[in-house]
Parts: sequence; structure tokens; C-alpha cells
Amino acid sequence: MPRREPSEEEVERRKIVGINAETITDVSSTDYPGVYPGEDHSWDLDKIRRTLQIEFHHNEPLLASFSLIGADASIANAFRRIMIADVPTLAIETVYIDNNTSVIQDEVLAHRLGLIPFRGGREGLDKFMKWYKKPDNGGGGDDDANTGYFDYNTVALRLSVECTHNEAAAPGETDPTKLYHHAHVYAKDIVFEPIGRQDQYFSGEDAIAPVHPDILIAKLRPGQEIHCTMHMHKGVGSDHAKFSPVATASYRLMPTIDILRPIIGADAEKFAKCFPPGVIGLEKVTRKEAARQGSGYEGHEGELKAVVRDPMRDTVSRECLRHDEFKDKVKLGRRRDHFIYQVESTGQWDSDAIFLEAVAHLKEKARRLEKQLLEMGC
Amino acid sequence: MPRAKTKKAAPEEPAASEAGDDVVMNEPPESHQPAVEDANDEEDASMADQPAEEEEPVYEEEEDELRIRVLPGSTDHAASFEFLNEGHTLGNVLRYVIMKNPDVEFCAYAIPHPSEAKMNVRIQTYEGVTARQALEKGLRDVQDLCDIVTDKFLEARTEYSNKMSS
Repeated sequence: MPRREPSEEEVERRKIVGINAETITDVSSTDYPGVYPGEDHSWDLDKIRRTLQIEFHHNEPLLASFSLIGADASIANAFRRIMIADVPTLAIETVYIDNNTSVIQDEVLAHRLGLIPFRGGREGLDKFMKWYKKPDNGGGGDDDANTGYFDYNTVALRLSVECTHNEAAAPGETDPTKLYHHAHVYAKDIVFEPIGRQDQYFSGEDAIAPVHPDILIAKLRPGQEIHCTMHMHKGVGSDHAKFSPVATASYRLMPTIDILRPIIGADAEKFAKCFPPGVIGLEKVTRKEAARQGSGYEGHEGELKAVVRDPMRDTVSRECLRHDEFKDKVKLGRRRDHFIYQVESTGQWDSDAIFLEAVAHLKEKARRLEKQLLEMGC
Repeated sequence: MPRAKTKKAAPEEPAASEAGDDVVMNEPPESHQPAVEDANDEEDASMADQPAEEEEPVYEEEEDELRIRVLPGSTDHAASFEFLNEGHTLGNVLRYVIMKNPDVEFCAYAIPHPSEAKMNVRIQTYEGVTARQALEKGLRDVQDLCDIVTDKFLEARTEYSNKMSS
């Protein structure tokens, strides 16, 4: 079989997932050896290095958006899955309730506490904090109940609030927050109690503290109180969503809009309204275009024509395919290898660091298994 | 989590609020912390009988138990590998990179049952390369790819922050 290289247009065409009014086409990737006779699609690191691109759209501690271009869906999806379920965070895992006379039941309170996102010094969280492993003899009697807790695997927190009357409240006051002290219990009322070497890693700015101090935990009335101690451990999202470092981590494929034949005048304005703002622009037909035979613009000089301005903002609603006037004039699609990620951090990690950690995690997974495979013998 | 009767879980420094108003809870909580390396720190009795004391280094280097197994019926060129505690995350990536190998005739992955944390990869190869070598190459390729993605990501991030600050 003679070697062949596909033309550039052919490569581009193969990347597009077709989106029709009721159907979709070319969903699966075909970049495997043996699919196209004579073409080489074998694993080629240099080629990946040349073609893989990452482009940032947005980068803030709590929100990152970027494009990963030139990777397969399996890889993009692995990163997404790892960000959600395998990147570890510290969260409240055990709540020891000394006294809870609020109207929130113990188990509900414990659940609410678990879901509060916390932050702390990066170095401490990454390097110092290790996994907490339940002792093998766990549950074997009171003597063994508390083994296995160390400064490097457990962070202790304390919540101690009592609601009392505010003597200084104005007569006739009806606002409970003014009428009483501690009518609302907030995440900021949780106190970090450093133990052992935790002082070195989690002090000052780096102290373990809730990301959002104003999360409402419970409401109290005079005479009610909550006293509890909490233990935080490292965990992963696959165990419980409270450990997930992201609020959402998702990707979507880059939309493509091809205007095949000119859309002019009132149609153009209607066409633009079929898309979110900014996707379709309106431009005047130039004299040159109007003079060109067969362009479809003849005699329309000065009228408005629809042009694609920013397909990334499109939601691919397919609204334009519902109107007869645009029939055969537009082709919608998505780029199969262009992933627009959106990573929203809960605050313990920086959003961009979560992706980096996910990549490192996948590498580590593969490295460990390769090592095992080599050691396994035959 | 059942409510423990004797609460020793709270760490050292009995909290101020436990000073006396609480009838049940005035037993001071014990520490779980191992004395920080220096030997002159005398340990109380409860610390001495904790077996898990010097666990830290062991903990770190603990290698996970063997997680790959070749399933019965496999030959050199057509083998099924069973991975424990892996799922779609690695399965699909492995499938993709192994299918990219021109010496591989067939590759697929499956999770036979969702209640078992097992993932199977089936590899059939042409003459010259064994299924096992194809799997090894696949695992290496994933690592190489991760390096490239990391490099590109860092580059793009620097470029973006430069653009935003200028």
C-alpha cells in the first residue's frame, strides 16, 4: 500500500461532528491505524507535541476556562473525571457532637458541616497532609477507637456557640440577629485547633478556614447551643462529593457554523437572532462582493449579510435549522478535538492547579501500573 | 457514625468551653498525636500502648498490592488484562492509545459489572509484538502524553497571564 497523506481540508473535514436538525453524524474519532488505507495514524509523540494546543480564556482562582485542542475525547474525559473524582481535598469527615440543642438534628448538622469547603496553606495540604487510614482493628473496642490520628492526617476543628438574649437590643426589635447573640451560626464560627506540626504549615494566612465565612450552618434561639469537635481528613470525590475540589468541571466541543450561501438583508437579522448575542455579526455587502459573478451577492451592495463572528459563544441550539429560509444555507457542527473546559473550584485548590493535578494524577496512575506490569513477570 | 460513649476523639488542649457547664463531657479529651520526634518528651500511658506509633515512614512508601492480572485463556498475542480499582477514566485512555499502536489488531475495554471495581482490557496483536508489550507501550504513551499536556498548559498559562498583565 503506497503511503498517503490526507490533504489539509480532508483532515479538517474529518474533525467535524455534523449537527443536523434531527440527527448527528461522524460522532466517533477515526484517527487509528488501518482506518484509512495508506495513511499513518500511529502514535507519534512529535506530532502530538506539534499539534496539541492549550489556550486560556479565563483564569481566576475560582474559575478557569481553557481550550484543549488536538486531543481525543478519551483523554479529555479522563482529565475531567479525575478533576471531579480523584483530586484530593481536605473536608470534615467526622463530627463528635458534645451537645446540640438546636432544631437541626445531629446527623443533618454533621452532613452540613461536611459540605463546607475549607482552604489552607498549599504546602501543608500538598506535602504535609497524608491520607488517614482507618486502623485494621478499628471498632475492636474502646481502647483502639482513637488510634491512627496524627497531626499529618487529621485536622481538628471546634464549633462552640450558644444563643443568648441581647440585653442591648432596642425595645420592640424583631430581627432575631439583633435580638439575640449567635442567632445564626456561620462557617466563620468554626475554630481551627492546630496540633503538632500543623502550626508550621497552617498559621496566619495559611490557617485552615472556611472558603466562604458566611455559610449559614444553623439558626438558634436563646437557650440553644451547639458544641462539637470535627475531624478533617483527606479524601477524594469518588468517595463523597464533599471531597471534590470542583463545583463543576466540564467541557464542551467547539461549535462550528458554516454559512454555505449568502444570508442577506432581513434574513440576516433573523439569522443573527437564532444565535446567542455575539455569535453572528452583520456586515455590509461590499462593492467588490456585489460585482463578483456567482457570489450570490449580485445587486445587494450595501445590504447586510450575516457573518460568523464568535462560534465559541454558540450554544448549538439548532434554532436556525428550524426556519425554511436558511435551508441549505448553513451547516452546524462541532470540532471533535477542541474541548472547551470550564473548571470551577470550590476554593481549596486554584482552578488551574486542579487541572495540572489531574494530569499529574493520570501520569502517576499509568506509571504505577507500568511498574506493576514490569514486576509481574510472565 | 455511631455516637461513641467515651469521647476521646477531641485533640489536645481541652477547649475552654468544656470548663464545667457540661455534665457528660468534662472528661478532658486525650491527644492522639505522637510525641514530636524528640525523646525527652515523656509520654503518658495511653500513648505508650498505641501500636501505630512510628508508622509514618511505612505509611508513605506503602506500595499498592498487585492490581493487574492476566485472565485465563490468554495467549501471547491475544490477552485480557484485569485491572482492579480502575474504571472508565484509565480504561478509555488506554484503549485509545493502544488502538493507536499499528501492531495492535484489536483493543477494547469493559467494566463487566458496575458493582465490582474491575476493568478489563482486551488486546490482540499482530505477529512480532505481544499483547503485554502493547499494554506496556500504552502505559508509557499515556505518561508521555501527560508530560506534553502539562508543558503546554504551563506555557499557555504563562502566556495568558503575561497578556492579561500587559
